[in-house]
Amino acid sequence: MSAEGAPLLQVRGLRVEFGTEDEPLVAVHDVGLTVRRGEFVGLVGESGSGKSLTCRSALRLVRPPGRITRGEISFDGRDVMAMSQEELRSLRAREVGMIFQDPFSSLNPVFRVGEQLAETLRLNAVMPKRQARIEATELLDHVGIPDPDRRYLSYPHELSGGMRQRVMIAIAIAAKPRLLIADEPTTALDVTTQAQILELLARLRQEHDMAVLLVSHDFGVIAQVCDRLAVMYGGYVLETGMVRTLYTRPEHPYTRALLESVPSLESAGSAQRRAAIPGQPPELTETLPGCVFAPRCAHARPECRTISMALEPVGPDHETACPIRPFAAEYAGGEAPSPTVPERAS
Amino acid sequence: MSTSEAATRPLGAVARPGRRARSRPATPVIVGAVIVGLLALAALLAPLIAPYDPNEVDFLHTSESPSWSHLMGTDDAGRDVFSRSLYGLRLDLAIVLFVTYVPLPIGVLLGSIAGSFGRGVDSVMARVADVMLAFPFFVLVIAIIAITGPGLKGVLIGVPIAGWALYFRLARSEMLVLREQPFMLATTGLGYSRTRAILRHAVPNLWRTALIYSTLDMVVNLLLLASLGYLGLGAQPPDAELGSIIAGGQPYLLSAWWIATLPGLLLVAYGVGVGLIGDGLSDGRLRSASA
Repeated sequence: MSAEGAPLLQVRGLRVEFGTEDEPLVAVHDVGLTVRRGEFVGLVGESGSGKSLTCRSALRLVRPPGRITRGEISFDGRDVMAMSQEELRSLRAREVGMIFQDPFSSLNPVFRVGEQLAETLRLNAVMPKRQARIEATELLDHVGIPDPDRRYLSYPHELSGGMRQRVMIAIAIAAKPRLLIADEPTTALDVTTQAQILELLARLRQEHDMAVLLVSHDFGVIAQVCDRLAVMYGGYVLETGMVRTLYTRPEHPYTRALLESVPSLESAGSAQRRAAIPGQPPELTETLPGCVFAPRCAHARPECRTISMALEPVGPDHETACPIRPFAAEYAGGEAPSPTVPERAS
Repeated sequence: MSTSEAATRPLGAVARPGRRARSRPATPVIVGAVIVGLLALAALLAPLIAPYDPNEVDFLHTSESPSWSHLMGTDDAGRDVFSRSLYGLRLDLAIVLFVTYVPLPIGVLLGSIAGSFGRGVDSVMARVADVMLAFPFFVLVIAIIAITGPGLKGVLIGVPIAGWALYFRLARSEMLVLREQPFMLATTGLGYSRTRAILRHAVPNLWRTALIYSTLDMVVNLLLLASLGYLGLGAQPPDAELGSIIAGGQPYLLSAWWIATLPGLLLVAYGVGVGLIGDGLSDGRLRSASA
């Protein structure tokens, strides 16, 4: 845990819009995010909360009609928003790796997986052809693909989802990036494979000393591997903090509600369902005054409609966007609440 | 697409990575390939096979019906129809290959560029292609021949000018789908250049449709060529060309049917053969071989 590390990726006041200039649909509002050197950061939220857009923005990979209209993004002190196309390409090629959600379509179906990996090595790690081939086979082995010599010659459709995601990871780390952005890398995989992929990410992060930004909608996934966490909802970051802090003392009602909705082993077979959050996340077309979560919040008060969504520090390395802090008294009483921390047997 | 493909693939194929199970082409493809292969071979070897000089006139044996010495008979000038047909086929196939496979890569390339960039670039290029397509193909080619004068030069210039637009449209529409695929986004994410993303990663995924369409185009182009020859705008006499042979034989259809009919049957055989191959390719039975 290198919590004291210098910031590697810093996003401030990010705003991503769709739609027309006059009537923009704001998908990401004023989001801030920091990933320090060697740190494993989780970005968690429901579908449509803007987490994928936020992490794609870090590489300016937002595709039209989406656009970044405001915000500062700096990578290792350099201003990403001000980078030329050439600098941006170099950043994407050598310093930041990215893994996408769907391993079934993120590999080119008409090329052998080994060739795709070797291509990245040749271009981004600048290797001669022959060496790239040797290196590619080693990398395949490194990410846990059995029989890498033969798998080098496989086409994507001949591999399972987990294998393809391993190949994607190998491609993403081929140029030894300092930051790996993993956009829901395990969502399309079954639970067993999911655990293996997470283990792989954790191992690679140790071995290569790279920072990882893991996007997920699954608290269990985050809990297994991350150091720090940012919770997103409706295009805002609602709370950030160390994983342990957020699990034991969530300040934002949304974080707490999310934790309480995670099923645990004990609840298996029980007729009682886990507490679900009532209502639906806001649509892009809705603009809510004050807190975006207020309409679904069990602790909402009238003043929630006027508060700003700015993050306020509430503890060491812990910030929340809820100024009401309905649980503060509870935590002050010394009695820690007990939302089940989903620990998976590994 | 790849998932359904994986699902229909026999298990043995998955168990042998790298050495894909060779899916056997469907029977129609084989039949088509045999027909086209024989015709191409005959055209290629025309100087060896042809029993007579195609332009040698023999006024002692005019309009003779098919016999062992003249397999397809002789025409009104006593020329051997079989030899003329072989040389005609040779000329036709060479020109058809040129006018089909020159515009194909141009159209595919421009189409993938337009589809990839979108917006302004796309609008301009797509409108140009639309203008090309809005003209009746045949009229456009004849208009160009009107400029160059009758002869093969007009065909060699005119058909590619008009022909790229369809390949452009095919490639562009495939590219619009393809560019939303995560692996294309990944090429940007990996910092690959746009040129590389299009040429190396997109084009191999979209040339197959263009290739299938080209089989149809080859038939259309041969018919176009024969029609132009028939109208006297294509190959000029005395050059043997299927269309002009048929045109020359037409006045004698009742007295010497073989002059127009037998070369016509060669055209039909060619059309059927190429059509069968195209059908088989689009069937998807050859997907693993072409994809």
